[in-house]
Amino acid sequence: MPYNQPNPLEVRVLTRRFALPNSHRIETYLANDGYKAVEKALGMSQDEIIGEVKASGLRGRGGAGFPTGMKWGFVPRQSPKPKYIMVNADESEPGTCKDRLLMEFDPHQLIEGVIIAGLAVGAEQGYIYIRGEFRYLVEHMDRALAEAYQRGFLGSNIAGSGKTFHLATHSGAGAYECGEESALLESFEGKRGNPRIRPPFPAVAGAYQCPTILNNVETFCAVPAIILSGAAYFAGLGSPKNGGTRLFCLSGHINKPGVYELPMGFNLMRMINEVGGGMRGGKKLKAVIPGGSSCPVLKADECDVNMDFDSVAAIKSMLGSGGVVVMDEDTCMVKAALRIMRFYAHESCGWCIPCREGTTWLRKLLQRFHDGMGTRSDIILIGDLSKNMLGRTFCPLGDAAAMPTIAFVEKFRDEFEAHLDGKPCPYEKTNRLVAA
Amino acid sequence: MADLVKFTIDGHELEVPAGTLVIEAAKKNGIEIPSFCYYEGYSLQAACRMCLVEVEKMPKMQVACTLPAMPGMVVRTDTAQIHAARKGTLEFLLGNHPLDCPVCDKGGECELQDMVFRYGAGESRFTEMKAHVDEQQWSPVVFYDGPRCILCFRCVRACEEGMGVAALGVVNRGGNSLIAPNMVDHLNCDECGQCIDICPVGALTSGTYRYQTRPWEMEHVGTVCTHCSDGCKTTLGVRQDEIIRGNNRDRSGINGEFLCIKGRYAFDFYNHAERLQSPMVRVNGKLEATSWSKALETIAKKFGEVKARGGKFGIVGSNHTSNEENFYLQKFGRECLGTNNIDHKRTGDVTTLVDALSGTSGRLATTADLYEKKAFLVIGADLALEHPFLAFQLRANFRHHAAHIYTVTEGPVREDDYAVKSVRTPQTLEALPALATALAAEPELVILFGDSVKGEDVRKLVAFGETLGIAVSYCPLVDYSNSRGAIDMGLVPELLPGYHASGKPGMNVPEMLAAADLDAFWVVGENPLQHNKLAAKRAFIVVQDMFLTETAQLADVVLPSASAYEKNGTVTNGCGEVQRLKRAVSTLGTKPDLEIIGLIAKEMGFAGQMGPWLPDTVYNEIRRTVKGYDIPLPMVTMGAQQTMPVNGRVGVQSDPALVASAHENLFTSGTLGRYSKILNSVIERKAVKETHQ
Repeated sequence: MPYNQPNPLEVRVLTRRFALPNSHRIETYLANDGYKAVEKALGMSQDEIIGEVKASGLRGRGGAGFPTGMKWGFVPRQSPKPKYIMVNADESEPGTCKDRLLMEFDPHQLIEGVIIAGLAVGAEQGYIYIRGEFRYLVEHMDRALAEAYQRGFLGSNIAGSGKTFHLATHSGAGAYECGEESALLESFEGKRGNPRIRPPFPAVAGAYQCPTILNNVETFCAVPAIILSGAAYFAGLGSPKNGGTRLFCLSGHINKPGVYELPMGFNLMRMINEVGGGMRGGKKLKAVIPGGSSCPVLKADECDVNMDFDSVAAIKSMLGSGGVVVMDEDTCMVKAALRIMRFYAHESCGWCIPCREGTTWLRKLLQRFHDGMGTRSDIILIGDLSKNMLGRTFCPLGDAAAMPTIAFVEKFRDEFEAHLDGKPCPYEKTNRLVAA
Repeated sequence: MADLVKFTIDGHELEVPAGTLVIEAAKKNGIEIPSFCYYEGYSLQAACRMCLVEVEKMPKMQVACTLPAMPGMVVRTDTAQIHAARKGTLEFLLGNHPLDCPVCDKGGECELQDMVFRYGAGESRFTEMKAHVDEQQWSPVVFYDGPRCILCFRCVRACEEGMGVAALGVVNRGGNSLIAPNMVDHLNCDECGQCIDICPVGALTSGTYRYQTRPWEMEHVGTVCTHCSDGCKTTLGVRQDEIIRGNNRDRSGINGEFLCIKGRYAFDFYNHAERLQSPMVRVNGKLEATSWSKALETIAKKFGEVKARGGKFGIVGSNHTSNEENFYLQKFGRECLGTNNIDHKRTGDVTTLVDALSGTSGRLATTADLYEKKAFLVIGADLALEHPFLAFQLRANFRHHAAHIYTVTEGPVREDDYAVKSVRTPQTLEALPALATALAAEPELVILFGDSVKGEDVRKLVAFGETLGIAVSYCPLVDYSNSRGAIDMGLVPELLPGYHASGKPGMNVPEMLAAADLDAFWVVGENPLQHNKLAAKRAFIVVQDMFLTETAQLADVVLPSASAYEKNGTVTNGCGEVQRLKRAVSTLGTKPDLEIIGLIAKEMGFAGQMGPWLPDTVYNEIRRTVKGYDIPLPMVTMGAQQTMPVNGRVGVQSDPALVASAHENLFTSGTLGRYSKILNSVIERKAVKETHQ
């Protein structure tokens, strides 16, 4: 995947080597601070490493924003069981495309972050669970791993310390659900990718029921910088309680879509106008999905928000995985809701009733609605069914499908009403199906 | 006893052991929390989301099936939010459900119906097309109707966890998810039907029951399966004197809801087209139908003659007839006909075990022990195939209590999968010393042994058990529903009922067959001439049976007898537990063996000596006469009761050469199996599938 032109407003920490020639090679990495963080971490105690990560304010980049250092602290380090590090590289949230770049352009940064996590909790084995569709990245990461083994950063004597850490790739089989941590572990163990009952959480009983640290690619990638430059440096990049930078994946109706590394708390309107180059064709902004398809949509007048976990949560949406989808005035919101629901109906694992049935029926309902055969009571039904899923499903996938739908109906009810009475979709010129 | 936890549900303060799930605590205290996927004994799923409850201080509703009761927890199950959640979930479930209740087997006893009735969602708000997939037949037993399936995964767990078979799984995902069989389009499994019974809706239906009846048209009769010696209770659904189905959904009896294919479906031999329904006598070399009075008269006359001239009788009893019948038969033979030539096909050496354990008590394991004790040694038996219920108990014990299982068998067995140690050897006893250290470290042990351990080997085994220094109990494996009872009732020449030496040795089966001077050969529910010839060419042969077996074909008089499902009485399972047979149906023209024996006795003028042929009267005589059987009938009626230990030397050595198990597998059951349509269809289909793969 080609990398977009950088923007001067970016604060390039995780992506600082992206523009270098052969950025994915270990030589390039070593010439640019590569594996220095591991060497530094080898001189630190486990508590010191975890303390540093805690102090950095790093929060999980997969979407939930759980404080990473706290998660690492949950691992029972005295447990006689082996501990594992699991990298969630099952990036599949619609609108999100950052992890693939991090692996493609700077695989060693990820490897280094994982090694440090291993040192922090005493794990000697890690795995990178790579989304099935990212086949090329499995090979790409394997080459990087081979380089790291060759240089002695992986193996039974990492950086000459006598400590052991092994890392391997594992390919997913093509399910969005496997990006959910417990389903990922099931899939990793060779089973059907259904989520597990929690508690116990992976930190206590993860891969093979052993303590496991499971984090997003971007989270691990931030670790070398934290160790090397210090927690204070990293925390200072972002806003309070939201340390560091974030890779925002700007897509939609803007002039310069791309992946941009910006400080946490960067204003969304500035992101659209100054980083993304403004609305394409001078159109008016209608709505933004701020963090991947599962986050409730923001209306144009809500978009003056600082993009950190807490600020976005304050307006009842989520920062999510950093996938910012910008939609202009010509976008049909019913169609947008339908498109998202089609995705979730396709990806629901089928384990629990509300998600399995809810996503399927909402897809059918929204399809019919968009086709011009909706009734006024359907608008209520769409909201009702979404609420019957919300908070009642086994894993967050159900919520992820329900939340944006509820937001679409509540915030753009007028557009739903515009589809009633067999009227054609106001945004599409094609002939609609007409109810008899 | 675990610590107790006090918490509140709907204002009721409950006290339950720590770790108790809220759904269980509620159920035990009469508060219903609805659920589909939660099933006692199997792994937790939290998939159906029906059991959502409100818990104070928790922001979201919680699933009660994975929520352990915590001290001070305040749970509410009866709020507007909960009602809405239940209704919402049911609305989702009914979305794709075909609502074909009028023709669905489950209609009337369907959990989905009950839930909708109770919790709402009676009106559909969906107008879209329902998803449809065609019905599939996976085996002669199992049919799957995908649209009815609510995906609670009970069947998957019953098969994998309960049976250790894992023949069911899930394919596709999301709304397209379906249950699927292990061989893509068909099943290769035990055909036990657990998946069908456990299905809360009509998604899994059985080849024998589907579209046969409405559930409310049946009456239900709890009796004991007549096939193997595990003694499972089976509840027969009877409509108009016809058995429609077998199951044990009320979980009464020693087996809970477990049944294998035989207990659940193989009752069907009883109405096989070749069932005998009229007595027959041999006229001019051919068997011809006759009246009961004529047949009985013929027998009485001939038996009278043989007795009068001091001729030789040979009496062979059955492993399937009731204790009362066996007792009555040997009493008649010994006291009226004056012979000790009484035997049956012995399938396990219980006699030597009883002798070897004399002077001790509590040394015979019960079926409940198999679920509760800590360690087990299985010697020379493929439990999963020959004793499916005992295997089920061990598996459940392992699953719930991590019981230690040791197997010593000639070939691989299913128990190996979870055994701590498996030894492969034909010389099973020789492998024991090597296990001694490990076994002695167990807190207690139950030894299950098959027919390969007999005679002196049984004594050696008990001696080995004694050296371990821990509490050891035993379970001698025998073949059929009343194999154990036949020995207890003295259906052997050397022993009277209750293991008293008979004093005068009579002929055993091989001796009867070999005796050229045998005058009368009386066979009750057995088929000794299937593979053997009777040396006495001129012997008068009387056979009581359900079918014209190889032996019956050679008989002079054939009397049609009732099956176990057509009579009352008691049987004793392999673990020595006495249970009640209850008549479910009757087949025109047949009589229970007890009545037949009584009628023969009456015809010969022994009615007074024999007493009435009422099962309860005979049972009371057994109570008075047979050691260990002094159990009041109401107690037997309430549930299985283990007979008391005999606790005394037997005094007579039994001949190990006479002990041989038929090693019936899951799909065979002697003569009964040959006449069972369902068992034959499974065997045939398996053969076809194997040829075509």
